[in-house]
Amino acid sequence: MSAVGHYLEDEGIPSVGISLVREHSQKMRPPRALWVPFMLGRPLGTPDAPDFQRQVLRAALELLEAPDGPVVLRDFPHDAPATVDPQAHTEGMACPLASHAPAPDPSTAAGLRDALRAEVAQLAPWHDLAVRRRGASAFGLGGQSIEALAERLCEVLAQLEAGAPDAPPPIATGALKLACDDLRTYVEEAASAQPGGRDPDAVRAWIFERSVAGRLLLRLRAQAQRSADPALRALGASGLVPRAVRS
Amino acid sequence: MARLEDLSPWERDHLTQLAERAPRMPSEPWAIGPALARRRVAIVSTAGLHRRGDRPFASGGNDYRVIPGDTPASELVMSHVSVNFDRTGFRSDPNVVFPIDRLRELQAAGVVGSVADHHYAFMGAPFPPTTFEPKARELAGLLHRDRVDAAVLIPV
Repeated sequence: MSAVGHYLEDEGIPSVGISLVREHSQKMRPPRALWVPFMLGRPLGTPDAPDFQRQVLRAALELLEAPDGPVVLRDFPHDAPATVDPQAHTEGMACPLASHAPAPDPSTAAGLRDALRAEVAQLAPWHDLAVRRRGASAFGLGGQSIEALAERLCEVLAQLEAGAPDAPPPIATGALKLACDDLRTYVEEAASAQPGGRDPDAVRAWIFERSVAGRLLLRLRAQAQRSADPALRALGASGLVPRAVRS
Repeated sequence: MARLEDLSPWERDHLTQLAERAPRMPSEPWAIGPALARRRVAIVSTAGLHRRGDRPFASGGNDYRVIPGDTPASELVMSHVSVNFDRTGFRSDPNVVFPIDRLRELQAAGVVGSVADHHYAFMGAPFPPTTFEPKARELAGLLHRDRVDAAVLIPV
């Protein structure tokens, strides 16, 4: 971001950036930056907090009138307000999702497919609710329905697990990346609609520690990492599962 | 949360290494403009955002996508290749990443003069960030044509 600001400014466009990592801005010295003490992924602080977001944006824009440049780096003085989740107080759950249905054995290919089908069906009403609340969904990058996508990813995993590391990948790397991101988007959106589901750490922990979707992603990562195909191996190394889960 | 001391050791080490490897820019340009209340503002994001149906970003890509100013925030999707930052906030409220509604509110309140016809999004993963130079300079020409005299740069 700092580099983009540098080049825009060099071409005569005044710029101001929000900085999420102060040390990066100190090193790269963009023309104007407002450092904010917010979570990576939330440069305006907190979702559904319009007053706070407006305060952050205005503080950044006002640096355009700072007379003491070049290189203005200021600190935003407030932490992001906590995400409000009124349902969490009445129905609060440590885990945003819980199932009491008997689960198929996901250690087999057929069992994993059946378990994922069941999980997707269980999540569907929550995803519907999430879409109604937002008025839209970020799901759908790959253009497939969640059901078709889940089936396809299970097929890909079965093919990877049955094949040798030097076998040609059963899916283009880019398509696999979009499908995996779509699966995670669907599950995250559904989880976020549940009571207590707006804590990003809790949602991530649930996905990768307890959900079938997370188990599928972890197994896909393992298979991608053993592939002889460089692009697939690179995707497995850093593009399917957050580093926080891997460490 | 983005204070390095608050992060997990692996994330702190990763971001520290990136800061150490980041290039020093060769100059310190400084462009000025009129009072904020007369500025025309465009958002430039590096969150890998685009409208549904646009080409997703691909690994290593340093190009940008165009987001028309009348695009509802709810029509935005994100195809950033990184899986290491929170996306639940964006899923709930795109303005936490791309504050187009907040910018319109500031215009209505007279804080800024006008909102640009087009906004832009890169995907901020390529390293070193100097690889953005050709596309960023190209983008500057487009912003000039849109009479933009304030770009607000939003990372993710």
